[in-house]
Amino acid sequence: MRLLTHNMLASNVRGATTGYPLKLEATKFVTKEVELNADFLRGLLPKIDWRALVAATRALGLSELLPEEQPSEEEIFAEGAADVDGSAIRRIHHALLEIHVQEGSLVCPDTNRCFPIDKGIPNMMLHEDEV
Amino acid sequence: MKLKQLEGLLGGLTQFPAPKVELEQYPTGPHIASRMLYTAENSFDDITGKVVADFGCGCGTLAVASALLDAEHVIGIDIDPQSLELAQENSADLELDIDLIWSDIKSLNLKGFLVDTVVMNPPFGTRKKGADMEFLSMGLKVASQAVYSLHKTSTREHIKKAALRDFGAVSAEVLCELRYDLPQSYKFHKKREVDIAVDLWRFVPKARRSS
Repeated sequence: MRLLTHNMLASNVRGATTGYPLKLEATKFVTKEVELNADFLRGLLPKIDWRALVAATRALGLSELLPEEQPSEEEIFAEGAADVDGSAIRRIHHALLEIHVQEGSLVCPDTNRCFPIDKGIPNMMLHEDEV
Repeated sequence: MKLKQLEGLLGGLTQFPAPKVELEQYPTGPHIASRMLYTAENSFDDITGKVVADFGCGCGTLAVASALLDAEHVIGIDIDPQSLELAQENSADLELDIDLIWSDIKSLNLKGFLVDTVVMNPPFGTRKKGADMEFLSMGLKVASQAVYSLHKTSTREHIKKAALRDFGAVSAEVLCELRYDLPQSYKFHKKREVDIAVDLWRFVPKARRSS
């Protein structure tokens, strides 16, 4: 599970109000490089919940990866930024698409129901009495 | 990527070794899957560079096809953990990255309209009545751009009415009719091959603003 998926995933357990964002507790993650697509990020970013994304990176111990406040669009999409190591757009790309959480869990913020992540796959299955 | 090439790659995927009757696990054959995704991309630009979710992904055929057509992010969702394992193997074999979620479609909760396109080959609802409608209703809740789905041709009017009236679609269009040649997957299929006519649908959900 990558953090882009985490950014949209919510719990639907009985008693949850929004069920979002799920608190990430990761014991193992890997990173895998993929090509940066600035046009894709431009369309995506307005829909991203920045706080949830930052919280997820901090939960992985990557406290320096993203700033608390979202950088301006001018800064993120400045010409040539995609080619500069450590630029905002590279960091955002890395956070959303290059980190794969392998083992850990997702915790519902309203109910504390824990959804385990096993071999990269979050288990969002609910028992009959939780629906 | 050419259609033939896509179909060829999908033909190499591992299918369910033991399909589960109660989940209506009919594999999506490479012929249908390749045409479905090829049309979605070439006629409507709904795949390349998009976030695509495959509902009831099974062994991952439509998810893999989306990734092969350069979807930027692909998520496969299924209720059956063995299917997800297969989907993981199938995508790894082709060196594709697909995120997988173990979930029932009806209790899925995806926020923010981050998914552009939903693709699915839902259960036809013959074993569990209404299963196809649960999938379609959730697809139209989640997608911001389009939903592609297969439904039996015999249910065409019903699907159209439900999509437009009950699930808020702004358009529901049959793109083509396909033959679903089901190899004898289950014992209750008496004939060796059961040929079912299915429609390839494209639904457009109501306009969305990100929240």
